[in-house]
Amino acid sequence: MNKAQLDKQVDKLFKFIGIASTLFGLIVLVALVFDVFTDGFKRLNWDFLVSFPSRKPEKAGILSAWVGTIWVMLTTAVLAIPLGIASGIHLEEYAKRNRLTDFIEINIANLAGVPSVIYGILGLGLFVRWLNLDRSVLAGGLTLALLILPTVILSTREALRAVPFSIREAAFALGATKWQVVSQQVLPAALGNILTGIILAMSRAIGETAPLITIGALTYIPFLPESPVSFSNQFPFLQVSSKGFLDAFTVLPIQIFNWVSRPQKGFASCAAAGIIVLLAITLFMNGLAIYLRQKHQKRW
Amino acid sequence: MEPPKVFEIENLSSFYGAKQVLKKVSLPIYEKSVTSLMGPSGCGKSTLIRCLNRMNDLVGNFRMEGKILYKSKDLFSKDVDVTNLRREIGMVFQKPNPFPKSIYENIAYGLKIQGISNREYLDGVVEESLERAALWEEVKDRLRESALSLSGGQQQRLCIARALAVKPRVILFDEPCSALDPIATAKIEELITELKQNYTIAIVTHNTAQAARVSDHTAFLFLGDMIEFGTTAKMFTVPKDKRTEEYLTGKFG
Repeated sequence: MNKAQLDKQVDKLFKFIGIASTLFGLIVLVALVFDVFTDGFKRLNWDFLVSFPSRKPEKAGILSAWVGTIWVMLTTAVLAIPLGIASGIHLEEYAKRNRLTDFIEINIANLAGVPSVIYGILGLGLFVRWLNLDRSVLAGGLTLALLILPTVILSTREALRAVPFSIREAAFALGATKWQVVSQQVLPAALGNILTGIILAMSRAIGETAPLITIGALTYIPFLPESPVSFSNQFPFLQVSSKGFLDAFTVLPIQIFNWVSRPQKGFASCAAAGIIVLLAITLFMNGLAIYLRQKHQKRW
Repeated sequence: MEPPKVFEIENLSSFYGAKQVLKKVSLPIYEKSVTSLMGPSGCGKSTLIRCLNRMNDLVGNFRMEGKILYKSKDLFSKDVDVTNLRREIGMVFQKPNPFPKSIYENIAYGLKIQGISNREYLDGVVEESLERAALWEEVKDRLRESALSLSGGQQQRLCIARALAVKPRVILFDEPCSALDPIATAKIEELITELKQNYTIAIVTHNTAQAARVSDHTAFLFLGDMIEFGTTAKMFTVPKDKRTEEYLTGKFG
């Protein structure tokens, strides 16, 4: 066999290895989804979504879990998104290149790789104990906000960096101030990518179990956080309350984890059904991220 | 009688970090005429033109010595408001760089950042600017479409219209045709010749033919030195320096 033939063989071999590697992940995923669906699909119905957890598997539901997830995720989003975008803008557009900036940058990149359970310990010490927030929605949201903050900052910076310098020059040359350039040209152009990064970070946070267990989120919650808005037939007819943020909570992955660890067979089906709900939410969020990326894709 | 000078560049040296790009360059730029800064790549001509609207302020390690007078006042003095300055001294870049917004928004942006929001006034300026940049006829029915849907040549004329919209006195062109085909180039050159009736123009080019076609005065730069400055007619017929002659006849560059 001469060199050219050998090269062709190597080429073919690598193509095969590539396909096999790709299929491996895919097959495992399909097997998992199939297994979960056969187990959990029969358990998935309206009652399951609107019932509180119960000692009896056939009565148990995930109402407090998915409502808790939404509460915590909203808290996380409200805290992490403005902070993350503002930090990203500062580091990318305003900060002078010096040692302090380098130091901050390296640390943020490192923080993005810190295991989530460590954030849980930080949350426990800082929010639950020191700030006396107890095991509340706010404590959970703050902890997860810290967890995704580095990712939000990094993806904001990356999105800003992807906006060509020529756009900034064009705006400066017309007499725009720095803030006008950033807020009116760079940020809108980068928005699609920033949103994509945020949604991906959020969809990671939604599946986090360890940090929330560490701060002491309960697994059995037979009530919902107090609604932020309530109506009455007396003036002023509408009450706004922030008390819900200080209520105890549980989230989907904790509920699933709890069910998986129960010995009764019926809870295995509950767990599988819970996984389907969690997968659906994650899939929806990732789909949204892909849609936003496509929609805001720019050619320069 | 010689026309009034808009810029007087005196002994300008500039550096990026430790690297010296310009070496004691001095030349005037006359009102309502075209001055071309000509020379091979790396001669410092782009750096020079970017000093005139202080775009180099954006570059972290940029440093300069010497003086530039704009309307007889120090361009770099502390009381110069650089945003006002850039409204008076517009710039068109090497590669067309429209904002990823509509054609209309591109032209109106320079006025909107000054707080002008009167619809009729903006409409008028948009039409007038596109008219002056010889683009109105081609785009008047699609002002709401993305500027990125235009061809390269149209985008560059859009960038010229965008610069005109803020009513500058000076327009700086930094190799405006280097990304364009010959037909689009001819249109831009024709436009520059028309614009000089109302505006003071400086243009960077490495193309000797272009300098000859559009400019009244030419500065020839080589490796950061200004070799020669004079009227284009004179420099192209009887160059004083041997290097100018060699560049003009295509022996290097």
